[in-house]
Amino acid sequence: MTQLVEAGASLRSARLRLSAALWRRPWLKLALLLAAPVLVFAVVYLGALASLFVSAFWQIDSFTAAVVHKWTLDNFRTLWHDHTYWRITGRTIGLAAAVTVTDAVLAFPLAYFMARIAPPRWRALLFVAVLLPLWSSYLVRIYAWRTILAKNGALNWVLNGIGLPDAGLAYTNTAMWIVFSYVWLPFMVLPVYAALERIPDNYLEASQDLGAKGSRTLRSVILPLAIPGIVAGSIFTFSLTLGDFITPALVGGAGSSFIGNIVEDKVGQPDIPFAAAFATVPVVVMGIYLLIARRLGAFEAV
Amino acid sequence: METRGTRIGLGVATVAVIAFLWLPLLLIMAYAFNSSTIQSWPISGFTLHWFREAWHDPEVRRSVELSLKVGLAATAIALVLGTAAAAAIYRFRFFGREAVSFLLLLPIALPGIITGMALNSFFNFGGVQLSMWTIVAGHATFCVVIVYNNVLARLRRSSPSLIEASMDLGADGWQTFRWVIWPALSTALVAGGLLAFALSFDEVIVTTFTAGAQTTLPIVNAIVFVVILATVIPVTIAQRLTGDTGVLRRGAAASKAAAAATGGGAV
Repeated sequence: MTQLVEAGASLRSARLRLSAALWRRPWLKLALLLAAPVLVFAVVYLGALASLFVSAFWQIDSFTAAVVHKWTLDNFRTLWHDHTYWRITGRTIGLAAAVTVTDAVLAFPLAYFMARIAPPRWRALLFVAVLLPLWSSYLVRIYAWRTILAKNGALNWVLNGIGLPDAGLAYTNTAMWIVFSYVWLPFMVLPVYAALERIPDNYLEASQDLGAKGSRTLRSVILPLAIPGIVAGSIFTFSLTLGDFITPALVGGAGSSFIGNIVEDKVGQPDIPFAAAFATVPVVVMGIYLLIARRLGAFEAV
Repeated sequence: METRGTRIGLGVATVAVIAFLWLPLLLIMAYAFNSSTIQSWPISGFTLHWFREAWHDPEVRRSVELSLKVGLAATAIALVLGTAAAAAIYRFRFFGREAVSFLLLLPIALPGIITGMALNSFFNFGGVQLSMWTIVAGHATFCVVIVYNNVLARLRRSSPSLIEASMDLGADGWQTFRWVIWPALSTALVAGGLLAFALSFDEVIVTTFTAGAQTTLPIVNAIVFVVILATVIPVTIAQRLTGDTGVLRRGAAASKAAAAATGGGAV
């Protein structure tokens, strides 16, 4: 019995000594906490990005299809001089921007309703309604749209039912625009909601007391405070569209390739160096975008 | 504050957007009962055939099994790394703090194909054979953020004086952790873990589907039906757990969890 108590006491004093030691040396605690995540991320993730970037400066031997480890800018030269790649890049960025704007427009009223009008019980329900599609398979949601937009699909069925002709949207850039806007919409709703929810009620009251109409309050009070949330959401809608290759392959028509499709093609050929070179384009674009987003306060938004 | 007209307008817009989000899902769920293999609307007849087929399909079973394994492993890694990182970011101000939080965010901010390709060429580079564990490594990179966001949001809402009080009362580090920090964090961990798992689980199914989706589409519809119903559970639980803290208004807490769920939390 006494032995047990002694053992317990010594264990406790050891623990006390340990926590005291950690308390005195906060850097040690910090190092212990950060070592694993930073190591894993720095080695695996940054290492991976670095190796991708490095291989962009290599080439493949045209006969053996083996990667030749010789430094060259040829891949970038090809990209620069071939107009096809410019067109593809333009299409990718353009559609990513269009999708982002569309999602912001769709998300704002929904987020506003959730944040400021809906009673708590509805709000919880709306949350699940917005979140759930996000957790159902992304590919399947694209397939759903494929069947909706198809010639014998639900959209044309509805249109024909009310006496309108077929929409003819299957395999077009418009279809891509709809599908992208659809799949990324929840990513926009949540940060916008978070931004709107944090606006104190008395800001709106103050605006009203000072004689502002609803539209003026929206423009001068609500929108500026919502911008960081919108920008935060746009990081997702923009970057997810920028890197996608499945939607263009499934619902896009001829001549609707994205950067991602070319990259995937080249990986399959396999021409990893060229794929890597083209893949640096969205990375650079995203880098610039993130810098702008940071200036607009997106990183403090939520 | 809003006028009646505005409220009604916003309500109508909300209903429209929710319908936009849900109609395709309901439609694809309806296709699961389609007796024809041709995907036209309206469906030609009702059958449960595809559910039976999916249940007995060995490939489906393998894919579900792999998804479960990868999801569990990635979630476990994410829980450890995400919690450690969140604790460090919360407790300390140090050189490179911003860089670390930015680094954790990168995998979801950068296009997925880049992450995939980068990891692929990294594994090739290091001579690592592609296997279940390389998938786990890939998934863990984006699952960490979800746990990290959830835990950080919870830490920010819990008062640091609780920890000081516990120490003043003579508790050692372990006791403080066990009786003060853990009760405050546990639901955030469960929520983060559930969401990370749901994300990873879904992703593997996507990967498997991309391989042979053309031929197995009716079966896919049946699986989708089940997966959609199955994801209701973790998402609803996660929402409840993070929403029910009583620290802030319910909705506010839930929004943080939801934002964190999608990675919006740190952005």
